[in-house]
Amino acid sequence: MLNGIGNIAYLGAATLFILSLRGLSHPSTARLGNLYGVAGMLIAVVATLLIAQGAGLAVVLAAAVVGAAVGAVLARRVEMTQMPQLVAILHSFVGLAAVLIGFTNYLMPAGDLAGAERVIHLSEIYLGVFIGTITFTGSIVAFLKLQGTISGKPLVIPARHMLNLAVLLLCVAIAYRFLNATASADGITALLVMIVLAAVLGVHLVMAIGGADMPVVVSMLNSYSGWAAAATGFMLSNDLLITTGALVGSSGAILSYIMCRAMNRSFVSVILGGFGAASGTSSADVGGEVVATSVDEVCTILRDASEVIIVPGYGMAVAQAQTTISEITRKLEGLGVRVRFGIHPVAGRLPGHMNVLLAEAKVPYDIVLEMDEINEDFHTTDVVLVIGANDIVNPGALEDPGSPIAGMPVLEVWKARTVVVSKRSMATGYAGVDNPLFYKDNTRMLFGDAKGSVDALLRQLSAAA
Amino acid sequence: MAMIIAVPREIRAGERRVAATPETVGQLLKLGFAVNVEAEAGLRASFDDDAYRAAGAQVISDTRALWADADIVVKVRAPEFHSALGADEATLLKKGATLISFIWPAQNAALLDLLAAGGTNVMAMDCVPRISRAQKLDALSSMANMAGYRAVIEAAQHFGRVFTGQITAAGKMPPAKVMVIGAGVAGLAAIGAARGLGAIVRAFDTRPEVEQQVESMGAEFLKLDIEEEGSGGGGYAKQMSAEFIAAEMALFAAQAKDVDIIITTALIPGKPAPKLITAAMVTEMRAGSVIVDMAAEQGGNCELTQPGEVVSVKGVSIVGYTDLPSRMATQSSQLYGTNVRHLLSDLTPQKDGVARIDMDDDVMRGATVVYEGAVSWPPPPPKQAAIAAHRPAPAKPAATPVDLDEQAAAARRSRFTSVVLLAVAALALLALGAVAPPAFVAHLTVFVLAVFVGYQVVWNVTPALHTPLMSVTNAISGIIVIGALLQLGTPNALVTVLGGIALLVATINIAGGFLVTQRMLKMFQRN
Repeated sequence: MLNGIGNIAYLGAATLFILSLRGLSHPSTARLGNLYGVAGMLIAVVATLLIAQGAGLAVVLAAAVVGAAVGAVLARRVEMTQMPQLVAILHSFVGLAAVLIGFTNYLMPAGDLAGAERVIHLSEIYLGVFIGTITFTGSIVAFLKLQGTISGKPLVIPARHMLNLAVLLLCVAIAYRFLNATASADGITALLVMIVLAAVLGVHLVMAIGGADMPVVVSMLNSYSGWAAAATGFMLSNDLLITTGALVGSSGAILSYIMCRAMNRSFVSVILGGFGAASGTSSADVGGEVVATSVDEVCTILRDASEVIIVPGYGMAVAQAQTTISEITRKLEGLGVRVRFGIHPVAGRLPGHMNVLLAEAKVPYDIVLEMDEINEDFHTTDVVLVIGANDIVNPGALEDPGSPIAGMPVLEVWKARTVVVSKRSMATGYAGVDNPLFYKDNTRMLFGDAKGSVDALLRQLSAAA
Repeated sequence: MAMIIAVPREIRAGERRVAATPETVGQLLKLGFAVNVEAEAGLRASFDDDAYRAAGAQVISDTRALWADADIVVKVRAPEFHSALGADEATLLKKGATLISFIWPAQNAALLDLLAAGGTNVMAMDCVPRISRAQKLDALSSMANMAGYRAVIEAAQHFGRVFTGQITAAGKMPPAKVMVIGAGVAGLAAIGAARGLGAIVRAFDTRPEVEQQVESMGAEFLKLDIEEEGSGGGGYAKQMSAEFIAAEMALFAAQAKDVDIIITTALIPGKPAPKLITAAMVTEMRAGSVIVDMAAEQGGNCELTQPGEVVSVKGVSIVGYTDLPSRMATQSSQLYGTNVRHLLSDLTPQKDGVARIDMDDDVMRGATVVYEGAVSWPPPPPKQAAIAAHRPAPAKPAATPVDLDEQAAAARRSRFTSVVLLAVAALALLALGAVAPPAFVAHLTVFVLAVFVGYQVVWNVTPALHTPLMSVTNAISGIIVIGALLQLGTPNALVTVLGGIALLVATINIAGGFLVTQRMLKMFQRN
């Protein structure tokens, strides 16, 4: 009877998870959505404790209390700019858990499975551990890259696709041995060898992907962690795990796809990595003169404007300039200037990264608009303030078919009357493409660290007001 | 040794501008030059001699000495006969000195020869090439900007009504309707000024690419039904076909009946201004209307324009002033002085007060009309087109029939491949179904359906919430914790330890994921 109740509770939990994702479709319902998720998780855990009676309750309690405490501290301490790192490291935990659960499941007496059932069960274990390991090591590399501990540059070793393929084939070969292992020790050896190979594969896959493709990588790892949970669900014949894993897996996959579409690149080309290292040189020789400007001048044109659009990029996140920008927004609004934000889908290192940072700085979400919503409005805008963004405002993507980023949708800021670009130097962006925007007649360059520039701008605006 | 820059007083009647203001004098001194200013040079632009002295210039009353001592003379108007001295200004320059001013070499061949005979260098502000690098030197644009503004002010002066429509207790005032012909710098400035005063503004230009600029200034862009590209070189319009002109004239005739104010700015380089507003059109206009003809100096766009004067024809005032920038002397002098200062700072990259003309530089070459006593006008054509956008796109090789065949074949191959793959996958699944236990098939059903549910739900998530979505799905994927819970019941110590670790990390994930999501979502607030 308890099993029956447990299964119905599982159904309820799965429904709550779906409602949770559904709730996230709009900021006004998102918090409720998150609470649905929490409720679903609690129900699932309680139901599981009911089903698995007599489980070492002491261990459960100890692990749960410690885990919850660590999680809470992480959640409280993390800076919003470090969000990508946190998400990446949390993914690695799911991967690790999947590996451990798969492994212990193999250690436990397999019961009286035989024939096809046994083969399927073992395949599930093998697959779950394989995906779990890739998620684990891949996420750790992604974390280190995002943290800046290791370089964000793609690691391109010769014949890397062949190498990946070879490792993959080797894993399949070991799977054959694993399935046919008679002694438990043989099976464990095969499993361990595969874990090592998969770990290397996970590291190498993410190492080959460059820093600016991190939004795709993080959401791809998110997807992997879902598939790992689903594989574990098959292994344990647990429908809730299967359902939830599939939800997370498909959600991550769709996010990755949305990111790739925003960069006009195919998913495969991002995952195979190496972008930026061997990209073709732009055919257009960008000419003309760069016009530098001063904080004074920018302050004046901002105050005289009636429509301003701010376009933030990763540089704003690095410089932690979002709070000052929010202050500037309020100052300008006080002066009767209409200020809005234009967000490119791949700005930052995580999907929606800029939105979170601006929300943290208390910029109201209804003035933060997506690329498609705001691209039409640039030609009626007086001033566009580009802060720490480069490739996402590169007109070459539309005008120069030889550009490596040709065809990527970009924010068409150059259509505004004046464009002010706050940038450290004339260095190229991640894609390594020179940006013709900087040479346009209506572009003014405000050189300097984004934080320093906007701080000075805020002081000027306050002094003037 | 530092060169001496002289700023003479303009002698043309009615000219109020001056080629340097106290502010630009200060900047010229920073470049290492010494600056001499003729007494009362800036008086009519509201800069008195004391202001120049305060800025660091020397004020000199003796005009001949001023010219004779100067290494560089900066002026607004081209040199002309100085009646007080009984000599042409062009002859006052010492040998080897440089003159910077408006010259109009195409109209002033004799002046050019006279200057060359004196062994001088002459840089014409009106000959600066119109490329983006030289924008800061572009005195024509800065003067046109002032003229456009002033044209509207002159129109307002002669117009008996207000520009903004109002409804008051004493009745309704209709808004003024303004038509601007030619949307160059002057035209756009006029549009901006007229809009600023509250008028309804329409604008016409033969170059279709300016439509967006016109609309960005808040005016309606008038279009003809006929297709013809009117862009010539150097950002100017070219002369159009007879057919086009007929359509254009019909448009103006129709507009003349409707609008209150017409501002014309149409110029074609090296030709008299086109006659766009005929006497018949003027008579069609309402009494009290105003025409400001900014092309008056080149003969005027209106048939009835008298250059330099305001005439009234059947109640329509036709303003033909040729000195609109000079009527804004203070601001015009400041802008012109800044253009000149930019030219001089380009001439002295070392800031050592010694100007050198680099004849290999496109901008310098274009502006220099007399070089070391020889006429160097007209310059060779500039190496790069004035507007970068006009550079033809790199020609894509046209797709040949062979290419097309190959593309079609490739498409067929890829379709074939996907069909084969699908078939193989379907067969594999069917085979699996044949041997797999029923429970597995049930799980697979749940799995596939859940994938589609996830797909449907996630597409609706707004991009702004992608980060919270990711952290919440991440927290949810912590559901793997129940896998760990299910395994903890066994007595095997190794299993318990590994399961415990799995439980621990999964819990961190769940707690961290949900809490950080909640923290993030709290920040999303509406205005």
